[in-house]
Amino acid sequence: MKRRSPVTGMVLLLVSILVFFFLNLLLGSVSIPAGQVWKALWGGAADNPIWGNIVLKSRLPQALTALVAGAGLSVAGLQMQTVFRNPLAGPSVLGVSSGASLGVAFVVLLSGRIGGIALSRLGVMGEVAMTLAAIVGALAIMALIVYVAQKVRGNVTLLIIGVMIGYVATAIIGVLKFFSAEEDVRAYVVWGLGSFARVSGGQVTTFAILMAILLPLSFLLVKTLNLMLLGDGYARNLGLNVRRSRIAVITCAGILVAVVTAYCGPISFLGLAVPHLCRAIFRTSDHRILMPASLLAGASLALFCNLIARMPGFEGALPVNSVTALIGAPVVAVVLFRKRKEEIQE
Amino acid sequence: MTHEETIRITALATGYTGKRHVKRVSEQLSGAIRSGELTCLLGSNGAGKSTLLRTLSAFLPPLGGEISLLGKPLESYSARALSTVIGVVLTERVALQNMSVEELVGMGRSPYTGFWGRLSEADRTQVSKALALVGIEPLRRRMVQTLSDGERQKVMIAKALAQETPIIFLDEPTAFLDYPSKVEILHLLHRLSHEAGKTVFLSTHDLELALQIADRIWLMDRGGSVHIGTPEELTEDGSLERFFSLPEEEKRIKIHFDLNKK
Repeated sequence: MKRRSPVTGMVLLLVSILVFFFLNLLLGSVSIPAGQVWKALWGGAADNPIWGNIVLKSRLPQALTALVAGAGLSVAGLQMQTVFRNPLAGPSVLGVSSGASLGVAFVVLLSGRIGGIALSRLGVMGEVAMTLAAIVGALAIMALIVYVAQKVRGNVTLLIIGVMIGYVATAIIGVLKFFSAEEDVRAYVVWGLGSFARVSGGQVTTFAILMAILLPLSFLLVKTLNLMLLGDGYARNLGLNVRRSRIAVITCAGILVAVVTAYCGPISFLGLAVPHLCRAIFRTSDHRILMPASLLAGASLALFCNLIARMPGFEGALPVNSVTALIGAPVVAVVLFRKRKEEIQE
Repeated sequence: MTHEETIRITALATGYTGKRHVKRVSEQLSGAIRSGELTCLLGSNGAGKSTLLRTLSAFLPPLGGEISLLGKPLESYSARALSTVIGVVLTERVALQNMSVEELVGMGRSPYTGFWGRLSEADRTQVSKALALVGIEPLRRRMVQTLSDGERQKVMIAKALAQETPIIFLDEPTAFLDYPSKVEILHLLHRLSHEAGKTVFLSTHDLELALQIADRIWLMDRGGSVHIGTPEELTEDGSLERFFSLPEEEKRIKIHFDLNKK
């Protein structure tokens, strides 16, 4: 069975990112000529000042958010799938995104009752509070998971505990919802749909910088991840400290998910699907290739999904989560079917 | 080829430590394993073969007694140092997808590679040497998931060879193989121990094959004690017979069971 050269694949992914990125700036409910978009992007004044505003203040932050969020979730998904040696593991598997939801639920749903004002009326302040709450919630759950990871030996046990923590968080959110005002529940539900559009201009810089620091850090774990593929016994025999490595990988993936979820809400599916896609495209399990591939493919797919969600007619009303699943599910199914066929032919 | 004592265990006790209680599997094990020899560990299920191998590989802490590797106590080795002294082939089947034989054998070079795990020219030479020694060069570019069980076992042995360790432990390397493959694997290991001067220590249920091929046999009984000798010695002094002094009927049932397990 021949393998494609990874370089060609990477270049293609990179090109697709550039294309989708520009399309993200170009397409939307207001039609702006491509030349004007280009001009606005490089600091020039567009013929119509509104156009410049739309491109720079709305479309650019959104495209940037989609790009880094997709990359982060996919890298985290790859790490989770390897550390648990489970193809169904994804960024949400350890309850980290449920933790973020819990944090947001506390702030959104309780502020109405305690402070007497609905957070949804607070505007930007509310947004910042939600982001902070999500980060605190996600990191709290992650700390809990890392603590448990030190105690339990088996991966499966840890996985089950993570899923259980997720259920408990969801249950608490359910209780909070029951006691909350209707408009607060609505605000929470909207957050839960996930969106690349919520991150405003100032926040997107913070978000992008955070991810620009975190993503390279996750690349430091490629040798560890490759050894983990062999299973605990072999990895240990080859000199890997299995327990410490497991905690390092979980921490890295957890923080990535926490940050992305804080800014975009729980985005499902990308993190689960993209690593599978990359394994199928590059036909390798070497993380030195899979890691950059997942990063690029995740960014590209997220931009594409964002584009679909914003297609004329939907007017940005289509939740990104619906799009990721609608596009992602068939793609994964097709890839897996093709793989099965190839295996039979071999 | 020199036959030096590479592993010595003295009054070793093996077992598992739980939170509240300690499960002792074997006690008072003593013996030596030499380089340039194929040593087979025989014993019925539950006699503690795997536990002994796990303890010797430092996966499990010993409950008592001493293990000496190349003249130094086992606990004096760091995990990193140990990875260049002991190579293992485990019973667990590695569920790998999309990894070529060459890459998997290359993983054996991990203790020597740098931060990113990139193989140097010297590493690649070692990988080729390991593939050649095991005789699986034609499989080099095949994906691991397309291999038969016997081929897979050879790849894992090649991985252990690429690791360049003086000692190789194998936990039931013949367990899931058909008879010709069993013979092939054991002959291969015999050849490796003699030609490359490795210390090869493996556990197996294939009594007759082990008696024919091994240089030295460790017989482990359920009581956790061990008899050591060449196949001839063990046959002559009657310990083999004593060891398998099950009634004829029971033995047949066991063999039948073993066959079914495959």
